[in-house]
Amino acid sequence: MPAVVMPNTADWLTELAGVPLPLRSQEDWRFTALAALQALAPEIWKGADPFGQLSLPAGISLIGADEAQVLRQQGLKATGGGDAWSVLLNQGASPRCLALRVAGAAGPLQLHLDAGAAPGLLALQLVLVLEEGASLELLIQHGSRGPNATSLVTVAQLARGAQLNLGLLAPGDARASLLSHLSISQAPASSLQVTTAVGGWALSRLEPCISQLEGAAQTRLRALQLVDGQELADTHSQVRFEGPDGQLDQLHKVVADGAGRSVFNGAVRVPRSAQQTNAAQLSRSLLLSDRARVDTKPELEIVADDVKCAHGATISRLQQNELFYLQSRGIGAEQASRLLLRGYCEEVLRELPAAAAALNPLELLLREHP
Amino acid sequence: MIRPDAPVLLEISNLHARVEEQPILKGVNLTIRAGEIHAVMGRNGSGKSTLSKVLAGHPAYTVTAGSVFYQGADLLELVPEQRSRLGLFLGFQYPVEIPGVSNLEFLRVATNSRRGQRGEEELDTFAFEDLVRERLKVVQMDPAFLDRSVNEGFSGGEKKRNEILQMALLEPLVAILDETDSGLDIDALRIVADGVNQLAGPDNATLLITHYQRLLDLITPDYVHVMAAGRILRTGGKELALELERTGYEWVDQELASLGREAAEVV
Repeated sequence: MPAVVMPNTADWLTELAGVPLPLRSQEDWRFTALAALQALAPEIWKGADPFGQLSLPAGISLIGADEAQVLRQQGLKATGGGDAWSVLLNQGASPRCLALRVAGAAGPLQLHLDAGAAPGLLALQLVLVLEEGASLELLIQHGSRGPNATSLVTVAQLARGAQLNLGLLAPGDARASLLSHLSISQAPASSLQVTTAVGGWALSRLEPCISQLEGAAQTRLRALQLVDGQELADTHSQVRFEGPDGQLDQLHKVVADGAGRSVFNGAVRVPRSAQQTNAAQLSRSLLLSDRARVDTKPELEIVADDVKCAHGATISRLQQNELFYLQSRGIGAEQASRLLLRGYCEEVLRELPAAAAALNPLELLLREHP
Repeated sequence: MIRPDAPVLLEISNLHARVEEQPILKGVNLTIRAGEIHAVMGRNGSGKSTLSKVLAGHPAYTVTAGSVFYQGADLLELVPEQRSRLGLFLGFQYPVEIPGVSNLEFLRVATNSRRGQRGEEELDTFAFEDLVRERLKVVQMDPAFLDRSVNEGFSGGEKKRNEILQMALLEPLVAILDETDSGLDIDALRIVADGVNQLAGPDNATLLITHYQRLLDLITPDYVHVMAAGRILRTGGKELALELERTGYEWVDQELASLGREAAEVV
């Protein structure tokens, strides 16, 4: 009987994506090694379809497969995300696709996309079309208990006046990886909030790519990423204003402990056509260990001359004055640190869609038991 | 209320302290008995705030000489949280904002720390809500402030009310109020002073640190101390504060000069 030769994972990933693996010499991947992904077995995840048993609330209908692929291409083109390696890999890995159209004020939706203990690469695509004036609150919950990788590509289009509140709650596993690319295009007068909370993955990479197609829309981004042990968490966000009067409010928070590594790159592009843009980006990192490492980089590309674009980045330990204040009220140093850490995380977690509260996101991410 | 036979709560002797390499306190002596209200006045940089922070155990200050005994025990041996649990309270000049930490939760944890020390049962969320709603009346505070993050976005007056609310919950034996009157309009000042008066009793003591007579119009001190160059230069009754209001601090410089010491301003 001929021996079955298993391909090595790097070759397999290259074959799926149709392009070589990103190298550290590429600026977008400078701090982000794919070792955790390459340590996986080269196989497609075999488990029950996470989109399988879904009951859709009123106001949400399914879109057929062919139309979904057209919308997906359109959406990726609008944000320029089509060439991203994570998107190419996803497309090559036989993704399961869920495509939804939202009209009017739809009920809240929750997707539980848990890779569980099964090995391999789980590829998923989500296509969302929010019609004029539609609104949706969507919570995506990821999880893992084994040596696997979840790849999710979300493509959303918001028509005029549409409102999307998208939450991503992703407590992970030290053997698992998460690659999540979000490609969202916004028509004028639309409003988008994306809140992401990620922690505990060997490797996570989030790529929110948002485009205000004609400006005049609102984008609010809230993110929390936690690393401990040998974990690596990377967020590369990009917001583009293709017209005037757009607004962005972005807060990216990090907790880095152990020998964890956190990467944040926040690109904001304001071309000449985007006058009167008002954008604010703040990156805050809490460094809890001497061995942890944080790389944070705002990347503002501003050509328009009549705009407000603020950005800031802080990296600090727990604030001594805050600790002393709590201690002076009888709260022991350890409990005071814990309260401050929880408060630090809570500032982002409380912005997740309402359904998240029941999941105890803080306990999930801090790996504590209530 | 001065009672010579009342127990001594706080005994400060020859206290010297520095921040980084700079000496600030240079020999403070002060005895506080139960039932008394003391006011410490003095110019900026005289060491008033440093005294309050050293007593509360702020880690940025180092005691280089002297002693502080609290109810007979060596206060300087205790970490800040132990001092608080034993009933020493510092009302901050600039209360700290802590985003993400619920004010209600903070108040509950703090109250339970003190209760635990006193051998009292911890209060659960519901029992604590009853207690805190009752104590809110002391400072006429809107319950909505309980649901917000600690001091976050509070006005100056709201922060100070929140300090006095903490005092009302912790029921300290010695309350040190560091410029509680700063940044308050006249209505807020009256409410805060009223709160302090309600909480003052024969078994506890209050140490007010202030620049201005206007707080002492509302809270009558038993003793007024004038601090300069890191020590208490003069002690008198409430009339000393009125005299200061009239004459200012120029005599302080003369007195220091006549003592042949340098009136070095410290920050």
